[in-house]
This record gives sequence, C-alpha cells and structure tokens, in this order.
Amino acid sequence: MAKGNFRRYDLHESQQNCSLENIDFCDSSTVPFLNERYSRRDFIKGVIASGIAIAGIPYMASGQVRPTSSLGSVERLVSLNVNGQVRRVDVLPNETLVMTLRYKLGLTGTKLGCDRGECGACTVLIDDVDHYACSTLTHRVRNREVTTVEGLENSEGELHPVQSAFVRELAPQCGFCTPGQVMSAVALLKKNSNPTREEVRIALSGNLCRCGAYDHYLNGVMSAAQEINRG
Amino acid sequence: MAKIIGRDFIPSDIHSKVTGRAKYAEDIRMDGMLFCRLLKSPIPHARVKSLDYSEALSMEGVVSVLTADEVSQTPGPSDNILTNEPHFVGEPILAVAAVSEKIAQDAIDRIKIELVPLPFCLDPLESLRPEGPNARVDGNTIVRGEGVKEIKWKEEDFLEVAGELPMGEPGVEWSYGELERGFEDASLILDESFVTASNAHHSMEPRSAMAFWQNGKCHIYGSTQSQAIVVPGLARYIGIEPEDLVYISQYCGGGFGSKGGAYPLMAIPALLSKKTSRPVLMRISRAEEYFLGSARIGFQGRIKLGFRDDGRITAVDLYIVQENGPNTGFGDMGSAADAVSLVYTPMAMRYRGISILTNTPPRGAQRGPGQNQIAAAVEPLIDKAAKRLGIDGVKIRRLNAPDSRSLYGGSRNPVTSAHLREALDKGAKKFGWNEKKSESGSRKGSKVIGVGVGQAFHSAGSSGFDGLVRISTDGKLHIHTGVGNLGTYSYAATSRVAAEILGYRWENCEIVRGDSSKHLPWNNGQFGSNTSFTMTRTNYVAAMDALQKLKELASISLGGSWEDYDIENETVVNKGDSNLSMSYGDLAVKAIEIGGRYSGKELASDDLNEMTIRAVEGLAGTGLIGVARDNLDRTGTVPALAAGFIKIELDIETGAIRILDYLGVADCGTVLHPQGLAAQVKSGAIMGFGMACTERHFYDSQWGIPGGVGFYQAKPPSYLDVPLELGWDAVDIPDPQNPVGAKGIGEPLMGCATSALLCAISDALGGHYFNRTPVVPDMIVNAAAGQEQSHSPLQVNTQ
Ligand code: FES
Ligand code: FES
Repeated sequence: MAKGNFRRYDLHESQQNCSLENIDFCDSSTVPFLNERYSRRDFIKGVIASGIAIAGIPYMASGQVRPTSSLGSVERLVSLNVNGQVRRVDVLPNETLVMTLRYKLGLTGTKLGCDRGECGACTVLIDDVDHYACSTLTHRVRNREVTTVEGLENSEGELHPVQSAFVRELAPQCGFCTPGQVMSAVALLKKNSNPTREEVRIALSGNLCRCGAYDHYLNGVMSAAQEINRG
Repeated sequence: MAKIIGRDFIPSDIHSKVTGRAKYAEDIRMDGMLFCRLLKSPIPHARVKSLDYSEALSMEGVVSVLTADEVSQTPGPSDNILTNEPHFVGEPILAVAAVSEKIAQDAIDRIKIELVPLPFCLDPLESLRPEGPNARVDGNTIVRGEGVKEIKWKEEDFLEVAGELPMGEPGVEWSYGELERGFEDASLILDESFVTASNAHHSMEPRSAMAFWQNGKCHIYGSTQSQAIVVPGLARYIGIEPEDLVYISQYCGGGFGSKGGAYPLMAIPALLSKKTSRPVLMRISRAEEYFLGSARIGFQGRIKLGFRDDGRITAVDLYIVQENGPNTGFGDMGSAADAVSLVYTPMAMRYRGISILTNTPPRGAQRGPGQNQIAAAVEPLIDKAAKRLGIDGVKIRRLNAPDSRSLYGGSRNPVTSAHLREALDKGAKKFGWNEKKSESGSRKGSKVIGVGVGQAFHSAGSSGFDGLVRISTDGKLHIHTGVGNLGTYSYAATSRVAAEILGYRWENCEIVRGDSSKHLPWNNGQFGSNTSFTMTRTNYVAAMDALQKLKELASISLGGSWEDYDIENETVVNKGDSNLSMSYGDLAVKAIEIGGRYSGKELASDDLNEMTIRAVEGLAGTGLIGVARDNLDRTGTVPALAAGFIKIELDIETGAIRILDYLGVADCGTVLHPQGLAAQVKSGAIMGFGMACTERHFYDSQWGIPGGVGFYQAKPPSYLDVPLELGWDAVDIPDPQNPVGAKGIGEPLMGCATSALLCAISDALGGHYFNRTPVVPDMIVNAAAGQEQSHSPLQVNTQ
C-alpha cells in the first residue's frame, strides 16, 4: 500500500461509530511464516493442517468471528534487491515486506508499529518512493529496488544527511518511529530537495510519533535539506 | 561554573536510533526460538469453566502450553500473568509456544474453552448504585490494606440534581483549614461536575518480550521505561531471585507510564522458555496493546471553588470517583487532589474520593496520572471564575500560584521550590499574552480566535537510591546507571553530573546501562518525572565518593593529606606544589593495588541496596570505585510545575481546531540539557493536545468491548494536528535540595498544554465550558449552535 497521509481529525472521523465489525480484537497480525527457518517441514504441515475446519471457541460472547488463517500455499524462492544487494529468499504468497525484511533478511531497523498501515514505523523506499512495508506484499517488489534504513549510510559508513541532522537536532526520543521518519524524509528530499516546513510535515504526516517529537523531526529535515543543497 | 551541566551533547544511543541498529525487544533473534501466542478473554468478566487444549498440544510444531494454574497468582486486585477469571476483554488466559507464530495461533484457535460470563461494569457510578454490578466477584473497590471490598451508595445519594455528581460514602478523605468559613468568605462559588475520559497509552512499541535461560539464569529482553527498578518485581513474577534475572532493556519504544516497572505479561515468555528450554519471543500486536496494554484512569468528579472578589481561592471541596480498571489501577485521584492543593493554594480544602473497579482495559499511570486530568477539569473553571470576576486569566493564576513556602496535599508537606508565578510571568511576556488576548473572540467567517493559558504540576523527585562510577586504569570514567532509556535522554543528562564533579571531558566518559548483567546500581524507575532530581543526586554522591578516594590515593602516593589536593584536567594535583600530581588512570592503578574500599573489594558503608552491592562485587578490583547511597537532605515534595500558552483558530461550523501558537514554560530547577528539555516541552504539549481533543477509550455498552482500538480510532495527534513550530522556555531557578539544582518536569508539560487548549476552546466559544475531556468536534459544533450535547453530563464511555 502506498502511504497515505493522516488528515486532521474532522467531524466525520470523530463520529466513527463503534460497531462490532470494527473491532480488531482477533488481530490479524499473526504472521504465518515466522520462524519457518527452524521448522520448514512442521510449518508446511501446519499450513496443511490449518486448512481443516477450525474448532473455534465454543463460547463467543460478542458474535465475533475469528478469521481462520488457512493459507493453502507454499513459499517461492525469489530474488530481492535490498539496499543494493540481491538477496535470495523464500517468500509466501501473502508475506508482507516488513516480515521478509525483519524475519528473513535480518533487517530489524524497519519497525512494526501497527502492522496495518496506520503508523509509518515500517516505511521503506521502493524505487525511491516511500511505502508502508507492512502493507506491501514482498512478491510485489521483485525487480524493484528496496531501500531500508540500514541502506542509507554511504560506503564510508557516513550517515545520510537526514540521519546526521536528526542526531544534531535531537529528533528521536524513544526512537521507535525514527527509521520510518528517516525514510519518509529521505523520500521527500529525493523528490524535492528544497521543501518548505509545511511540505515536510505533509510528507511526514503518515508517520506517527507517540513521543510527539514532530517539531524536532521537522527541524532535522529542514537542516538536512540545507546541507544537501550546500552540496 | 558548570562545564557540562546545562550544555547540549550527543547522547550515545542516538546514532543507533537513526541507523536502525537500536535493538528493541522484538528485534532479538536466537536459534531455536519459539513464538508464543495468547488465548485471551473475549468478554469483560468471566470464569473459565473448562479448558481443553489437548488438540492444540498435539499439533505438529506446538511445543508447550502455559496455563494460569502454572503461574504465580497474587490475590486480587493485582494484575495477573494468566488467569482463570479474566476481568477485561483481552486478558490472557493461556499461552502457547510453537515453532512458528502461525502454528501458535492455529493452536490457540483449536483450544476448546467454556466461559461462564459474569456481571461486568463500565461506569463507576453504576457500580455504586445499590443493585449495580461489581467488576469483581468480591467487590467493586479496593480498601488499602484490606484488598477488594464492596461499597454501595444509598438510593437517596443518587437523588440529587441531575447532572451533578452524587456524593455518597467516600473511600478516602482529607481536609485542612476551615472549609465552611472559606466558602462564607467567598464572593463567587462555582460548583461543577466533570468527566475526564480514560485513554490508551499507545506507545509506538507494543509490549513484546523475548526470554531465554542460560546457566540457571533467566534472560529477558523487555520494553520498559526503567531498568534497575524492573528487576525485583519481574523476578517475583517469574518466581526467581533478582540475582538470577538478567534484564535487558536498552531501548524502549515509549511507555508514558505504561511500562514504568515490571508488568506480568513479560513473565509469559520467561516461563514458557523455562518449560521448553528454548528461547521464546512473545510479540504483542498493536491491536492487542489496546486491550491488554494500559490506559489512563478516568474521573467523574465534582469541585466546589470559592473565590474572593480579587480572584483568590478561599476554599475547595473536591470529590472524585475514579474509574480504576479491574486491577490495581493507580492513585490518580489522590494525586489530583494533592495537585489542586498546590497549584491553587486554596486557604481551606477538603478532598473525598472513591476508586471503583471496572472491567475495562487495565488502568495504570499515564503521564501526569491524576494531575493532568484535574488540570484539564479545573483550569477552564478558573477561567470561568475569572470571567465572572472580570480578572485576567494570567492574573488570577498568578494570585493563587504557589511559591517555595507553599504546602502540599492533605499532609501539608513543605515543598523544595516552586516557581509557577515566574513561569507564568516569563510565558506571558514571551508569548505576548496581552496582545494575543486582545484578539480573542475575533471572527473571520466561521473561524474564531481563542487564547488560553494552562498550568499543571507533578511531584518530581525522590531520594535514597545509589550511585556507582568506576575509573579504569586508562583514566576513563564509567558511569553505571540503572536508569532506563525511555526517550528523554535522562539516563545521559543525569550521568553527566558525575563528569561535572570529577572535571571530566565528556569524551572520556562512558555510560554503562541497559543490561542488569553490566553491574548497575539500584536506581529509581523512570516514572513520576523524578529522574532528573533523583539520579543527579545518586551520580553526585558516587562522584563525590570517587573524588574523595582520588585525593586520598594521591596523598598516599605523593604524601601530605588528602586536603592538600585538588583536581584539574583529569589529574589530582597538590595545591602547593603542582609537580606533585597523578593522573586519574594512575590513581585507578593505585586503587587496584591498595584494594579495599578504593577498588570495591570492600564497602565503606552498609546502607547500599543489594543490587548495588552485587554490582560493586562484580566490578571489584577493576579500577577506582565510587559508590554511595544518596543520603542528602530532602525535606519536602519536589514540585515540577509548568505553564502553557496557546492561541487557536476554531471553526465553529466543523469543530476543527487549528493551533496557531504554543509556548510551554517549565519550572524544573536548573536546566540540565536544554535540547532535551526543549524536546520534552514541545512533545509533552503534543500529547496534551491529544488528551484535550481526541483521545479516549469507549466501549460497546452491551458487551463491554473496547471500541477505540486502533490509532485511527484512539487518535494520538499526527504532524497535521499540531503547529509547525512550538515554543519553549524554562524558569531556570535552581532547586536548593538538589546538588546541581535540578528537578524533573516530564509530566506537567503535558497537562499545561491540555488545559491551555481546553481553555482556548472555551475562550473561542465566548465562555462555554464543557466540563469534560476530550472536547471532540461534535461537542464544539453543538455548543456553537446552542444545541444540547448528545451525552448526559456525567456519562462516561462517550465518543
Ligand atoms: S507498521 Fe506499517 S504502518 Fe504501522
Ligand atoms: S520517538 Fe518515540 S514514537 Fe517517535
């Protein structure tokens, strides 16, 4: 899913009603393939087994229906171009990019804040455009260039101007949203190396920060832009 | 003149944060690692009648199951690890460990569970009615020292005027001064009921945890704001001694009170790992976080305020019914009352409160627990009074503001220093209060300007913890800290005190933190805005101990008495003869040579905490050890105070709010780290804006299921909800009871912004007071159109 921006909360949003259908209690964040490295055979059996009717919870107070998680398909070996390197990796049809990065390629810099396209902690670049990796299927990025926060430093290990500006401006607080903020900022500066503060905040508005470090992130991006333009 | 304190620096962990190298709990991988999933209660209160997990256990890939019967249970209303009587939707009943997360979840789906539904309660006032439901089978409130009890009010207690909080038998009560006389002397009395909604913490990092056992020790990677303070509590949950727990929390993706200390969930992967002899990762999802995470306590309250003609508050009568969640909850209502006693210094005050258990997501401390709700409730009422009395909003606050002689709470404790008046003055000047105020109410189309000022307080300092530093033979200073990494950089700012005292260049110092196997001292937790006060003291006393030892060792090596020596450029020099000098590194060698208390082989004092003693034992003989308990004087509550100033544009047709300008001013004593403080003033305000206008929990009233369970529903502010730039300042007057003058500040920085924004909304509406948080757009539209609100005055669980 390409990133959307958070809009100001308006009347309609505030009146969003609480219907039971809206409730994401039986969350879908369970990841089918986690750890298949240790148990490929077991995993495949598990997948087949889960195709069978699910017993379910006899007691269902609220009429919630737990989504059954049958997959019925297996991994395919694909080549991915991540941070300038071609990596061969087994990928399930429904596997999201964030999971491939974090659990198969060891790139844990890309964070999972919500796993449902709400927060931007998982932001990566796909062909230089910022995307939510939790809402992008890995199969969709074959033959494309994926850049994660780990891929920003140059070959001398120097930080990207956005990263060094974030350090100077003390932009991160807890740091959990930081890789996402960095990636959104890098994507913006690739398109527009001389943005206004307003343009920066619109570009970064798909990245939530519960610490509320927005002001310092904006300072950081403005400062990085200056540095890039100085050359 | 301070060389280090009060200056900006680059914290050592920030590089890892911008490069993605920082490892949070869910970033840890180990060979053979299992994944765990939880079976959670789908209903707000139930008893497990039967549980059949045989099919789950027989599935390929499922390794183990952990039930409530296998974990330690503490009597109610404590928070459980796993339970057979869930008290909220999403409370974990059982956990499964499997080779993949999918298999673990599939196994959970095959468990046959029968639950007997029990009565549940979402509204404290309902529970107080004679026939009202209780959140727990044994009662609806907690009586200190006695556990869960039942308190019901009488039918006639509820017969009072509609819209006003009924006030039956309270659970706690205190008072001072002559209340009745205070109200007699008042020329204006306000008697107002109010509601403040509960809201989720939604820290960006869910509370995932990873655990494994090695050589009889349990290792846990967790997500907590604190480091040292977590260890004893977590060890207790797991059922081991604190020295058998290696607790690692180098990074924490936000806590805001919800991850202050040990929480029971972390014990689940630890116990499953013990059972399976394999590492176990428990990922908690965003969705789950809204159910089994934590939330701010909500209030239904009533306050009677008496004002003299000049605006001075003569008397306050405060009653709070606290919505406590199903478990231990927190002491918000008492803190709220204490805050009122200090921020407004009423001449007489009575506080009554009752905490009622509810079957809602567990409640816990959230940034300014109690203090910020009451700021949100009372500050607009101060404006209401000011308007009636024809007094300016800053002036009436100045008049009632505390100073360093003011007393705190029902116990009338002294305070260490209070400079709210100075904060108001500084803020009003910098913000241009008078000029901006003159624009208030001006209208363009449907947009009206509103201006507001708000204040908040939190007690911000503790004492009695330990400090530990080590000088190694290369002359480097290693500052061991048990402070957690919650994102404020206080672990570093407080550690820098040791460098200051010992005259170190910061480049020659290293902070040791984040892992209990690294010999960390017993420090307080990173909650309650206390770190800046508490751990500057511990680092000060440890550095003073090291300084004394450096001088003694120099006198032993070079002759004379220790008093003949001074420090300069990381060297100890004889005051009379500068040729007699020794570097810190050489003195560390000497310390090892002599041993004893110099190298930590012996301890000079017997008042250190067990954790610190173990840390010193671990470091003994590796350098010069400075270690001490903070026995410095502290004779009062340490107040953190803040004032916020705001200008908004309110669209009365849509209820949309645009914040045009914000300035926060902190009274936090000496500023330790200006850039860090700036970040806190601004970001605290942003969290405050969310509390004022968007964030709240709400429930399906028929089934008791939480509805605000996504960012888009619970609504923490985004970039677009806040101004492009925010302003900050600090009073910067040292606190006399801290060796470097520092006090904490994190929490009131939020409350002053919440209350300022609420005041500005009311100002834009020409003095309409909602007596409720959050003030959502439809409430504004209703108010602007002169329509009735869709909720009744004391209703909780509104949208
Ligand atoms: S984790 Fe992808 S948007 Fe939140
Ligand atoms: S820095 Fe903590 S969430 Fe952004």
